[in-house]
Amino acid sequence: MKKYDVVTTISYPKKGAMGKTGSWRVFRPILDKTKCVKCLRCWIYCPEGTVIRNKDDTVDIDYEYCKGCGICANVCKVKAITMEREAMKK
Amino acid sequence: MAIKNLPVEECMIPGSAACPGCPATMALRIVFKALGKNTVMVVPACCTAVIESLYPNTSFDVPVMNIAFEAAAAGASGVEAALRQQGKGDTTVVAWAGDGGTYDIGIQALSGALERRTNFIYICYNNQIYSNTGIQRSGATPYGAWTTTTVGGKTEFRKEMGEIIQAHHIPYAAQACVSYPEDLYNKLKKAKDIKGPKYIEIMAPCPPGWRFGMEKTVDMGIMAVETGAWALYECENDVVTFNGKSKLILEEKIQRKSIEEWIKQQGRFSHLFKPKKDVKRIKTIEDHTDQIWERYRKKYL
Ligand SMILES: Cc1ncc(C[n+]2csc(CCOP(=O)(O)OP(=O)(O)O)c2C)c(N)n1
Ligand code: SF4
Ligand code: SF4
Ligand code: SF4
Repeated sequence: MKKYDVVTTISYPKKGAMGKTGSWRVFRPILDKTKCVKCLRCWIYCPEGTVIRNKDDTVDIDYEYCKGCGICANVCKVKAITMEREAMKK
Repeated sequence: MAIKNLPVEECMIPGSAACPGCPATMALRIVFKALGKNTVMVVPACCTAVIESLYPNTSFDVPVMNIAFEAAAAGASGVEAALRQQGKGDTTVVAWAGDGGTYDIGIQALSGALERRTNFIYICYNNQIYSNTGIQRSGATPYGAWTTTTVGGKTEFRKEMGEIIQAHHIPYAAQACVSYPEDLYNKLKKAKDIKGPKYIEIMAPCPPGWRFGMEKTVDMGIMAVETGAWALYECENDVVTFNGKSKLILEEKIQRKSIEEWIKQQGRFSHLFKPKKDVKRIKTIEDHTDQIWERYRKKYL
């Protein structure tokens, strides 16, 4: 990446600039691919951009950074995403 | 534009400092999709200056200049002039500010830039409060809402920023909402291709500020539109067109839902329902909303 030689504070783009924000989660979105109708609502509404849109318009969730807000589950009209408490998964 | 046709490219990089359920990042993803990488942002003090994340890293994959609270539009004017001088007039310059930075402290700089015909897009994400500093009232806060500076509920009505903007007779102005990404995308695309000053305001329901569950950001925006608390419209060269449900409400093809349905889901209005329903203040809100729509009908139908 090009770095600039100027006398001011410059930040450079980085994934996880605030760390692994997946650790913020209390609830984890669980996707049932058999129910998904590829409408992409979860993808467009996810505030963090952590619903990954695949080439064939199926979706996956990036658990490293997903903050667990539950918006994806809430906007899915066929209930293909459910929120489960993190602790229960361990 | 259907959701499927929206670009896959992202300039909002995961792992930012935004709260879970943040309407600002939800809107920014669409803004970046519509405007593309050849964009420079000017961001004053507001949540977004934090959402960008901490030095030496940033979650934004476009150049951003941070500037003092009141100076977004003035800064953008300077950036636009500098780019033009460098022969980079095709770069889209965006000022992106909160409602505090727009309705209140930045209004002078904004008005000046619109009057000077600066070629840029000014975007206000309106979460109806100063959220970054812990929820203070702004000129955009609605009547009756709790904030830390209106503990019993705000006693004044919100400003009609749209009408103030229209008084500048700029080529393009629009109101959108995070819950309608295709509409927002189309408005941004249109603005990008118009020369001169453009203004877009995005309704941005904020979970911690409004006191609702973080999974409900989209629902709160839909309800804001369906109750008539917020109107979707665009104004091109002084011709106003209402969009989506707002058009149906304007033309009285559907009735707006009662504001009560929207506010009862937000903790910032809970004092209007507990311990006893405050019928008088709820009626004041409904009546005020009716008056706004009556005015819209007189002007735009
Ligand atoms: C001149 C000045 N006054 C006050 C502040 C403190 N301050 C920083 S952000 C902010 C609130 C911004 O509110 P708004 O523009 O609505 O954006 P939001 O935080 O809601 O995203 C305030 C008061 C400041 N940075 N500069
Ligand atoms: S829970 Fe929230 S952050 Fe995680 S993928 Fe769903 S919408 Fe995105
Ligand atoms: S919202 Fe539901 S159906 Fe639509 S793409 Fe996401 S998981 Fe699939
Ligand atoms: S306070 Fe509201 S606008 Fe600010 S980062 Fe949090 S959710 Fe976003």
